[in-house]
Amino acid sequence: MTPVPSRQGAARERAPRVGAGRFPWLLVVPAVVGIAFLVLPFAGLLIRAPWSTLGTRLLMPEIRGALLLSLGTATLATAIALVLGVPLAWLLARAAFPGRRVVRALVTVPMVIPPVVGGVALLLALGRRGVVGQYLDAWFGYTMPFTPAAVVAAQVFVAMPFLVISVEGALRGADRRYEEAAATLGATRVTVFRRITLPMVLPGVAAGAVLCWARALGEFGATITFAGNFPGRTQTMPIAVYLAMQTDPESAIVLSLVLLLVSLLILVSLRERWVGAL
Amino acid sequence: MPRPRGARTQVIGAAIAAVGLLAAAACGQVEDGGQGGGSGGAETRTLTVFAAASLTESFTTLKKRFETDNPGVTVEFNFGGSSELAQQINEGAPADVFASANPANMDLVADEGDAEGEPTVFAQNTLEIAVPPDNPADIQELDDLAAENTKVALCAAEVPCGSAAEKVMAETGVEITPVTEEEDVKAAMTKVELGEVDAALVYKTDVIAAGDKVKGIAFPESEHAVNDYPIAPLKDAPEADLAAEWIALTTSDTGTKVLTDAGFRAP
Repeated sequence: MTPVPSRQGAARERAPRVGAGRFPWLLVVPAVVGIAFLVLPFAGLLIRAPWSTLGTRLLMPEIRGALLLSLGTATLATAIALVLGVPLAWLLARAAFPGRRVVRALVTVPMVIPPVVGGVALLLALGRRGVVGQYLDAWFGYTMPFTPAAVVAAQVFVAMPFLVISVEGALRGADRRYEEAAATLGATRVTVFRRITLPMVLPGVAAGAVLCWARALGEFGATITFAGNFPGRTQTMPIAVYLAMQTDPESAIVLSLVLLLVSLLILVSLRERWVGAL
Repeated sequence: MPRPRGARTQVIGAAIAAVGLLAAAACGQVEDGGQGGGSGGAETRTLTVFAAASLTESFTTLKKRFETDNPGVTVEFNFGGSSELAQQINEGAPADVFASANPANMDLVADEGDAEGEPTVFAQNTLEIAVPPDNPADIQELDDLAAENTKVALCAAEVPCGSAAEKVMAETGVEITPVTEEEDVKAAMTKVELGEVDAALVYKTDVIAAGDKVKGIAFPESEHAVNDYPIAPLKDAPEADLAAEWIALTTSDTGTKVLTDAGFRAP
């Protein structure tokens, strides 16, 4: 991959100059308040965690099942979102077609509606009596709700928009002259996309995928509505946390810490490898 | 070098001050809302009732009655899952009365010493089988739920309707394998209403509240799991006398009538 000059690179060169002028109070004060607001709740979790019984609680088999299911479904959902979402982002950023604004608005709808409503919508579309689902049931005898496939479907529905928005932004920010140059040199549209466009927006794709994965991992409302809750089959970590909260808040805190730790580990390591390469 | 370091200390100081200000502002508002006019006597007073979500309809009806009988009083509700409400109360939420959907969550509050006196059981709820109006699996009795290929939604054992269902299964030996263990009774109802499951074990009150969207089938084995609803005034109630009056209303003939209309049983 040949290095492509990007705006981010330019920003990095400028960065040290911040220290040269007056201290940027207007930025630092709200930033510190922002950090405090985001971190304090986690501090609360850590302080209230039942450290003495942590080990025995972690060994509960339900936790392992829920964690593995969560990691597996979130990863699969991200893969599907990449396959569908990157072309969709390209369409929104580069192709001119009537109704593009409407399509873009529709794509972002899952980000703003309450996830539980998204889950009901999925039931109405893909459920046993849903618009499409009734034919799946009648023709193939297949019903999606209450299966791991439904967990993935709910996660893709809720998380894919984050990837699409992020990749579309990267595509809009990318310098189109490289694509045009490649095209004038005889490259086909597919080649241009594969060899020029994609490498240029790769950091955006990676950031979008990480965001999408994180959102899928934390998905609760649409999942429990569309896929229900059955231990080992559709019970993801957030659902296990919610149910533990009903009877045993301490277990819920432990489960939250596990989810927090695993997602932090993965996000930090991915960031170093991909996004950090910016 | 000394200059930036001094600046950093100042930044942290400013941030702490800002957070402190925010916290102070938030606390001030809570107090205003909770005790607004509490000392003012007869003018405007607010009774805050934390109640299980299943009481939404009946308590809203009783609120009108209570506000007519007590001019200048406004009843405010916080409806939710009993366990969340219990947690909020134990964390110091400003409430006068707690009405729980089961004794266990009332005990959570009582054990922390946040309830005042003994809780009173003011209503009971029993399970019913809810099926879609066309009853696709032709469910007639509890045994039918154990049949293979019948899709059943139960509540998770962690929530009251789920523990009631478990009790019924343990007492009768009927083994139901659900396709899903729902997080609350309303979610189980949604699955029935949309026809995603053939049946669910839910409360009679939920069947009545859903109207003709589902059909309810009563079953005699439900006697094994009658669910008590306790109510109690809270220790730091800003409006202790109003709290007592509200509890008196829920256990009065008027209260019982409203509750039984909604599908509850008088204790």
